[in-house]
Amino acid sequence: MSANKNILKFESAGSKEILQKYGIVFVLILMIIGISILEPAFLSSYNVFNVLTQSAIFGIMALGMTFVIISKGIDLSVGSVLALAGVVLASLAQTADATGKYFPNLAEMPVFFPILAALAVGALMGGFTGLLIAKTHIPAFISSLGMMTVARGFALIYSDGKPISTLVPSLTRLGGKLFGFLPIPVIIYFIMIVISAVLLNKTRFGKSAYAVGGNIKAAEVSGVNVNQTLIAIYAYCGLLAGLAAVVFAGRVGSVHPGAATGYELTAIAATTIGGTSHSGGIGTIWGAFVGALILAVLRNGLTLLGVDAYWQQVTEGVIIVVAVIIDMRKNATKD
Amino acid sequence: MAEEKYILEMTDIVKTFPGVKALKGVQLKVQAGEIHALMGENGAGKSTLMNCLAGVHGQTAGTILFDGEVRENYNTIQALEMGISMIHQELSPVLHRPIMENIWLGREPLNRFGLVDHQKMYDMSVKVLKEIDLDEDPRTEMVNLTVAKMQMIEIAKAVSFDSKLIIMDEPTSALADKEVKQLFTIMRKLKESGKSIIYISHKLDEVYEITDRISVFRDGTYIGTEDTIKLSEDKLIQMMVGREVNELFPKVDCPIGDVKMEVKGLTHNRYFKDVSFTVKKGEILGIAGLIGAGRTEVIETIFGIREKVSGEILIDGKVVNIESPRDAIANHMALLTEDRRQSGIFPMLSVRLNMAITNFPKFLNKFGLIRDRDVKKECDDYVKKIQVKTPSLNQRVENLSGGNQQKVLVSRWLMTNPEILFLDEPTRGIDVGAKSEIHSLITQLAGEGKSIVMVSSELPEVMGMSDRIMIMHEGRITGIVENRKDLTQEELMTYATGKAGKKGA
Repeated sequence: MSANKNILKFESAGSKEILQKYGIVFVLILMIIGISILEPAFLSSYNVFNVLTQSAIFGIMALGMTFVIISKGIDLSVGSVLALAGVVLASLAQTADATGKYFPNLAEMPVFFPILAALAVGALMGGFTGLLIAKTHIPAFISSLGMMTVARGFALIYSDGKPISTLVPSLTRLGGKLFGFLPIPVIIYFIMIVISAVLLNKTRFGKSAYAVGGNIKAAEVSGVNVNQTLIAIYAYCGLLAGLAAVVFAGRVGSVHPGAATGYELTAIAATTIGGTSHSGGIGTIWGAFVGALILAVLRNGLTLLGVDAYWQQVTEGVIIVVAVIIDMRKNATKD
Repeated sequence: MAEEKYILEMTDIVKTFPGVKALKGVQLKVQAGEIHALMGENGAGKSTLMNCLAGVHGQTAGTILFDGEVRENYNTIQALEMGISMIHQELSPVLHRPIMENIWLGREPLNRFGLVDHQKMYDMSVKVLKEIDLDEDPRTEMVNLTVAKMQMIEIAKAVSFDSKLIIMDEPTSALADKEVKQLFTIMRKLKESGKSIIYISHKLDEVYEITDRISVFRDGTYIGTEDTIKLSEDKLIQMMVGREVNELFPKVDCPIGDVKMEVKGLTHNRYFKDVSFTVKKGEILGIAGLIGAGRTEVIETIFGIREKVSGEILIDGKVVNIESPRDAIANHMALLTEDRRQSGIFPMLSVRLNMAITNFPKFLNKFGLIRDRDVKKECDDYVKKIQVKTPSLNQRVENLSGGNQQKVLVSRWLMTNPEILFLDEPTRGIDVGAKSEIHSLITQLAGEGKSIVMVSSELPEVMGMSDRIMIMHEGRITGIVENRKDLTQEELMTYATGKAGKKGA
């Protein structure tokens, strides 16, 4: 990853500010140290990959969410979009001999096409959410809330409320490991981290996202194509939800239309913990990665330590709020 | 000299913030029943001093003697109770609640059941409003009022506290001339009733019109206090900037070329009608008029922010179609908007991104990625060239002073290499030093053959900078005049108030 460090690191690096800026990383490190003292098995390579794999699905969604929240928006629909893209994907990628096949006469095709369909469904749904926001100026919360319900509805309609399973091995292999130890979901996740970081920091699109979130009026006056930017941001977010559906199908081996309920909130939480500000204009891909990791470490660690699942939820909620409080204080001291 | 009865004596006030000594032992003495101006460049310490006085934060050292007593360790509410009110530059009314609830916020009169007594609140509000001759129904929601009226409500609030000293921080920055007059009438009335007013402003003409004495600060130190009528404008500026600013408006005549842009019959369905004018290469066209005359709307429409109903725009003799700021930028136009915070800067983003945002197309490599090194180099060049004071390009632009924010915006537009520049109130809320730097920059740009259209509400600025002056009144052009040596503010005002036609006979 060292080659990508320049892209992933924060824009400036005044030595005084490092502690402030990387505060959240220290939180992560403290958590890792704490948990591994209590439970040394936490640091086994098997478990480390396990943690990363667990964070991959909502981590990928958090990458798109970072663009959305930087633009001062929110996307509540990504969980439902994952389900819709997932059932479409699964219906096109069943084995020839699957019982109760969705398309009984459909021959097996290269897995590339079902994946492309999932990505297209995701991008289309997301793009439509963005289009609504750009053209009608309704709040992103409302627009994406509508899409959340509509996409879930379509997923149920499409699948008739039933899970679609018996997927081709070339798809389920994406949930497995390369060379017997490297989880493919993690590889996909890392590739998307790099692509997202490049998009956010090195392209006009990324800078426009910051500008739209920083001051939408000033963005318009400065020649930023605000509508196009908004549509692209939500389309990218939807596209990543589609990709998350691919990873999901690969790992689970089937897709249920009720899948990924509530995943949007985990993605939002990861992004927020990573320091992306809901007031717009502030946020990094690196932060979304660390935020997703904190959530995954927390879940995995608490499970290893035998903490009750209900208490895990309570802890997670507290962590999210505390992270945001710390983050707001960080911004306040800069005034 | 009249008897020196001071309502306020602040002595040896020191205020330190972490790493900064904002006030280095200053003094301020205000007499009862006087209007006292506080002047100095941004960062001189005026606001810090007033915040100490109004209880926003305590001073590090020094004494405050108010109304015959030494006052220590008080907060803003206690300050109000002892008779010190502060009207901040940025008002923060509760917009969707009525006037009366805003006046009595936090101290609503209660009936015997402990519920709010609205009738009593209403009666009390009527009385307070009457005291300052403000004819508004206390039940009107704040959101329906103009900024000027909101300010008057703030004054009414101060009156309701029976304040002996009212601090006004740049109260006229958002007011039209007529509203300023109204404000001054109220200020004189308050003065007659024995109240003292501390008046912070950057506008020299207003300070000379309304104040009795002036105290000047510079870099956290006290420079001096003089009677307003005895202090010449040159002397005052010299006290403020610590050096002589020879010319506030360093307009140099430069060669004027062919017509660059022609606007024909431009009409907006609400703000203006049938606006036609030309601007030549190397020319500065000033647009004067009262607030609400439609000046900002005209240039925003040309720039594609607002939609026109009819009319056309010609550049170099060819009709151009501009439907968005992007089209305008493609036609080599630039617009420095009126409200820097609202539609200019991206407050939390870096100086670098604020400068580069309009210019990314020229910084992309063949893969569509931004060449950071080139961005940095060009930004650095502009920081040097127009002397933007910033610790680094990564500084958030909101941490710069108003003048430097404006310079960042100027850099953004100059990087696009524009041929026509629209400057809307380019020096509003900027201190004298930065103002004169921006003026010389404008002149320099005209010298390079760029066409400049400058809207300004400050007549001395318009008259000092422009080659020609176009005056608007209620959405129409009432006159376009050459900027002659003998042109007077009165003449411009007759156009601006729409009386020019009738008077001519």
